[in-house]
Amino acid sequence: MSTTVLEGKNIVRDYHIGGGLFTGPRTVHAVKGVSFKVDKGKTLAIVGESGCGKSTLARIITLIDPATSGELFIDGNKVDIAKGGLTKEMRRKVQIVFQNPYGSLNPRQKIGDVLGEPLLINTDKPASERRDLAMKMLKKVGLGHEHYNRYPHMFSGGQRQRIAIARALMLNPSLLVLDEPVSALDLSVQAQVLNLLADLQDEFQLTYVFISHDLSVVRYIADDVMVMYFGEAVEYGSRDEVFADPKHSYTRTLFAATPRADVASIKARLAKKKAA
Amino acid sequence: MSLLEIKNLTVSFDTAAGPFMAVQGIDLSIEPREVLAIVGESGSGKSVSMLAVMGLLPNTATVKADRMAFDGVDLLKLSPSERRKIVGKDISMIFQEPIASLNPCFTVGFQIEEVLRFHMGMDRAQRRARAIELMKLVGIADPEERLSSFPHQMSGGQCQRVMIAIAIACNPKLLIADEPTTALDVTIQKQILDLLVSLQAKYGMGLIMITHNMGVVAETADRVIVQYKGRKMEEADVLSLFESPKSNYTRALLSALPENAVGDRLPTVSDMMFEPAPSAAGAT
Repeated sequence: MSTTVLEGKNIVRDYHIGGGLFTGPRTVHAVKGVSFKVDKGKTLAIVGESGCGKSTLARIITLIDPATSGELFIDGNKVDIAKGGLTKEMRRKVQIVFQNPYGSLNPRQKIGDVLGEPLLINTDKPASERRDLAMKMLKKVGLGHEHYNRYPHMFSGGQRQRIAIARALMLNPSLLVLDEPVSALDLSVQAQVLNLLADLQDEFQLTYVFISHDLSVVRYIADDVMVMYFGEAVEYGSRDEVFADPKHSYTRTLFAATPRADVASIKARLAKKKAA
Repeated sequence: MSLLEIKNLTVSFDTAAGPFMAVQGIDLSIEPREVLAIVGESGSGKSVSMLAVMGLLPNTATVKADRMAFDGVDLLKLSPSERRKIVGKDISMIFQEPIASLNPCFTVGFQIEEVLRFHMGMDRAQRRARAIELMKLVGIADPEERLSSFPHQMSGGQCQRVMIAIAIACNPKLLIADEPTTALDVTIQKQILDLLVSLQAKYGMGLIMITHNMGVVAETADRVIVQYKGRKMEEADVLSLFESPKSNYTRALLSALPENAVGDRLPTVSDMMFEPAPSAAGAT
């Protein structure tokens, strides 16, 4: 029996842009009625190009930004941060990892403090306990105790992304939103971080919302896939369904545009070039 | 004769901790009408070696080579002003961040015409006509109007097209593209790659693609050089590289592609590389 961790019903987000001296106000419909459901321990991947609303949706799910309309359920409880605010308990449940590990860590904060801060703000654990938990988490994400007192600039991109993941996990969230977590990383480091994410998912029964534009990564990590295009979910289904039989023309365009690195398609390309 | 021939190129940077060797003895040559891909992860020295060819490295860099010749001319012996006549005209380069590499203070038309004025000595009318022609060539709609756009008014893909227009303005013999599509969406990436390859075939340019994306290599290259930590790991034509990679590193790189995943785990480069993994790498 699986439990639903996250459910969104018809989520809409509009941004109102105030008019300037010469332009009138206008409204941008960033997300136009998207529904989804993710079970515990599963991964939903959201795919789309820049400007399609996938990061806006991530902000809504992470409870950073309120939805204009629609209903969001986390662990079965309806959440609306526009009214009623947000409890610490809710904040604990959902955490996010951002795309750029160079920008998402405070350069003047030591790693130990980066990891301790969520506990400091959201719990009343004493300093010694915060320190122990941070040390444990460093080990979990493949770093060592010696890294506790270092600053972010002393780490490589992949290590920083591990730190960002560790910070997100400090509060034992049930849902982790990953906004393009590996697109700034090299291929080999990307593989390490994806492995880490898979391990952590198994260990903590985490639910992931994985935002990406890289279809090969999505195919590797996702259980369900949602393709967004101009604020709408044009395709939503299990990974095998979507990859085997894309229904919407945009999904097909996306698949066709993804570079293929297998020998057969290289042969085909070289043959075509020779003929031309 | 090779278009570009480099023998034993070494680039080192002076740092507080002593010289840092970014490129260590790279040999490279490219024939006219050839597409060469240089693959490697960050820090492999792939960009630095090409910047050395262009002469764009900062003063802290020391460039040494047994030979660095472009089209028969020894680049190492040229004076800076002579070199500037070649760079941007016969060799030109496209960079990774299209929006950041255009000057935000000038219209794209001005920036395209600047090259034509400097290298070709065209007058105003000729420049404008050529700029419009170039904009059409790289697939920008309404070229007459777009000439007076500023970079911030265009999308990333369009800015990259403008960069390509600037790069091919003087009919270069060699075009170096440094991660031309890394900052772009997959659909736009496809368009830009197709554009580069079609321009390369149409004008018979040599094209060097610097990338870390194996998919881009598979889609564009004739020949591939794999670099790691400033050294050349492997050089092969594209088919044999993917079919039967010779070096451990290439094999590791190819198996780290998510589409090649076997089972639940991705093999990582450190799993099979000769070097011991740093303490941070290799999740348990």
